[in-house]
Amino acid sequence: MAKHDTPMLDQLESGPWPSFVSDLKEQAERRAKNEEGVEFQIPSDVCEDLLGVLELSFKHGRTHWKHGGIVGVFGYGGGVIGRYCDQPERFSGVAHFHTMRVAQPGGKFYTTDFLRDLMKLWDFRGSGITNMHGSTGDIIFLGTTTPQLEEIFFELTHNLNQDLGGSGSNLRTPADCIGSARCEWSCYDTQALCYYLTEEYQDELHRPAFPYKFKFKFDGCPNCCVASIARADISFIGTWKDDIKIDQEAVQGYIGGEFLPNGGAYTGRDWGPFDIAKEVIDLCPTDCMWMEDGKLKIETKECTRCMHCINVMPRALRIGDDRGLSMLVGAKAPILDGAQMGSLLVPFVKVEEPYDEIKEVIENMWDWWMEEGKNRERIGELMKRQGFQKLLSVTGIKPDARHVQEPRTNPYIFWNEDEVEGGWERDVDEYRKDHQR
Amino acid sequence: MAFISSGYNPDKPMENRISDIGPRKYDEFYPPVIAKNKGKWLYHEIIKPGILVHVAESGDEVYTVRVGGARLMSTGLVMEICDIADKHCDGYVRWTTRNNVEFMVDSKDKVDPLIQDLEGRKFSGGSFKFPVGGTGAGVTNIVHTQGWIHCHTPATDASGPVKATMDVLFDDFQQMRLPAQLRVSLACCLNMCGAVHCSDIAILGYHRKPPMLDHEYLDKMCEIPLAIAACPTAAIRPAKVEFKGQKVKSVAVKNERCMFCGNCYTMCPAMPLADKEGDGIVIMVGGKVSNRISPPKFSKVVVAFLPNNAPRWPETTDCIKHIVEAYAKGANKYERVGDWAERIGWERFFEVCELEFTHHLIDDFRDPAYYTWRQTTQFKF
Repeated sequence: MAKHDTPMLDQLESGPWPSFVSDLKEQAERRAKNEEGVEFQIPSDVCEDLLGVLELSFKHGRTHWKHGGIVGVFGYGGGVIGRYCDQPERFSGVAHFHTMRVAQPGGKFYTTDFLRDLMKLWDFRGSGITNMHGSTGDIIFLGTTTPQLEEIFFELTHNLNQDLGGSGSNLRTPADCIGSARCEWSCYDTQALCYYLTEEYQDELHRPAFPYKFKFKFDGCPNCCVASIARADISFIGTWKDDIKIDQEAVQGYIGGEFLPNGGAYTGRDWGPFDIAKEVIDLCPTDCMWMEDGKLKIETKECTRCMHCINVMPRALRIGDDRGLSMLVGAKAPILDGAQMGSLLVPFVKVEEPYDEIKEVIENMWDWWMEEGKNRERIGELMKRQGFQKLLSVTGIKPDARHVQEPRTNPYIFWNEDEVEGGWERDVDEYRKDHQR
Repeated sequence: MAFISSGYNPDKPMENRISDIGPRKYDEFYPPVIAKNKGKWLYHEIIKPGILVHVAESGDEVYTVRVGGARLMSTGLVMEICDIADKHCDGYVRWTTRNNVEFMVDSKDKVDPLIQDLEGRKFSGGSFKFPVGGTGAGVTNIVHTQGWIHCHTPATDASGPVKATMDVLFDDFQQMRLPAQLRVSLACCLNMCGAVHCSDIAILGYHRKPPMLDHEYLDKMCEIPLAIAACPTAAIRPAKVEFKGQKVKSVAVKNERCMFCGNCYTMCPAMPLADKEGDGIVIMVGGKVSNRISPPKFSKVVVAFLPNNAPRWPETTDCIKHIVEAYAKGANKYERVGDWAERIGWERFFEVCELEFTHHLIDDFRDPAYYTWRQTTQFKF
């Protein structure tokens, strides 16, 4: 017998999509039965009370979590999101309901042994409810009490060789696309770079020292499967400099209908036979492709590597061999000054251990932002406030037409005094010798 | 519920403390076929909805079966995923950047038994535990947030509306009939944790009433200058207020300058603003992150308000279904929602989606608003 009536939530058990309500109810039953005799360290009816408080929110159209909550583990300034219910007497199982962010492995690959160890620990010391995964990438342990935080952290680090993720005004948990682990378009090893920089900047991740949050994300190519360009203060997006490799025989395979365009992504509808002119050549954003004597040609110099032709004909077209990544800076959600996507800062850098060139850009940027950034000002907003030129100067990067979508239209141009002959110190009396009042 | 120590000693908290070890290293968890062929993949195909094959230079193949997940998952369900991965995939599994689950096998004959196993598993209420799909030109999982499950600033729920929307769009999760892949996301307030500002269709929780002021506690609980600085439209100023015969330090909010973003409440617990009738949903469309053909785009607001109609949010799911059908009918192959809307013109987008255009949709936030108005005689009647 369920502890609380949940007539509204019950309606979310029907329909084909996996029902979180059914899952939570089944979990509540498992905890109630406790066939494995787990000595639960937080209330065993936590799932029932979570459903109960959620039902109340459905009824009230309002959240029932109190504002904020500051909890954590010694040595770190983040990693745990404290949360308390505003109806603790009615829903004592979720009176404390803190979230722990657990650092996820690159590409979110797991062995079942490791996952089971994590889940057993969470059953024992937490609610047994997770998010797989948080938007930033972390494994989310959803709901435990304050006294359990150090215990969980001790077990994570001592038994599972596993750390917490980030929260607060610091470097948050970096995340990557699947990269070269299982994708033919990855221009660098996203997992290797993500892991290296995560380890390199552990201190910046665990102890908030920044004006506000800062995120890294690593995309292997401009398709942006981890959405770095929209969701990271620095997005690392793979690219190449030389020719797209063309297998002309395979091109004929597509034209002849032997291979399905876009790997078969469009087979749910009859779009007619594949038409290379209409579907590839005419859609190329720079118009740098053509057919000549039955062969596909690409003028590399004019290609902006948007990925469309490669996406459509993965068996015929491959990324170049001179590979690296672009760095774009400043993406953020709307608060405070409006949403931003990453702006191109480094058009191309080679990705080679120990990644010194990349680290130099990151650290120069941090030096500037940590000194100049206002309280709760994302780096994207600092760029707007102090100008893109300032970002170039602190990173020692030479201005380049690639840095803009278009040049400025207003003529309100700043010059540095030393760029102007004679400087700015002038004597009006000298001027008056030639120009009477 | 006897307390059981992990070995941590609260009297000597820094003793035996391990810190700064980071995540486990990615390659500990690669299936052998992935470890062997990493960086040497030649091409891939989508064999049918939810099933991918990647072929390596060595000739090795890896078959991936993608299944939907609710993101909010119990340990019991994750254990069940482990059971499946043990049975079919030698104990390996992964999650995607949209919170789907991927099971990988190294030969074709292992695929069908895996699919059958996955599709046969249902929750007691009847929903699929592991619906196969989410590939190609269809609808995949909805990137979403905490909502009323865990957060203190939401204007709507996350898990509830997502379940309701995915039930309505479920056929498109399991097929590939759209002009391009269609990304739906949800955020329960305009902090936009996740991908709302850059998705084909986005569901956004929104308030419509200014904050209430808990004058008795405001100065005790809040750093007043931070609350003032939190306001994008400068609607908040410091104020001395008479409370029960005493002068207390507090703030004043100019209601007509407040656009209900809730950022002051994020900074100041004494300024709550959630409201049953006031709160609801904004629909945005036309964003994307890929650089394919067109550059990344922000999503644009096309519906200013839909009510929070729990538990199934029918107005929201109807609206989304309507947009998806109009897009499926009108867009060219490879066009994302934003590409299509820009090609036909937003005036035509509103017409074919049968959406009302109201004053709320015209940008009025600072200088950049001007660039969103129409400085041309080019328009369609």
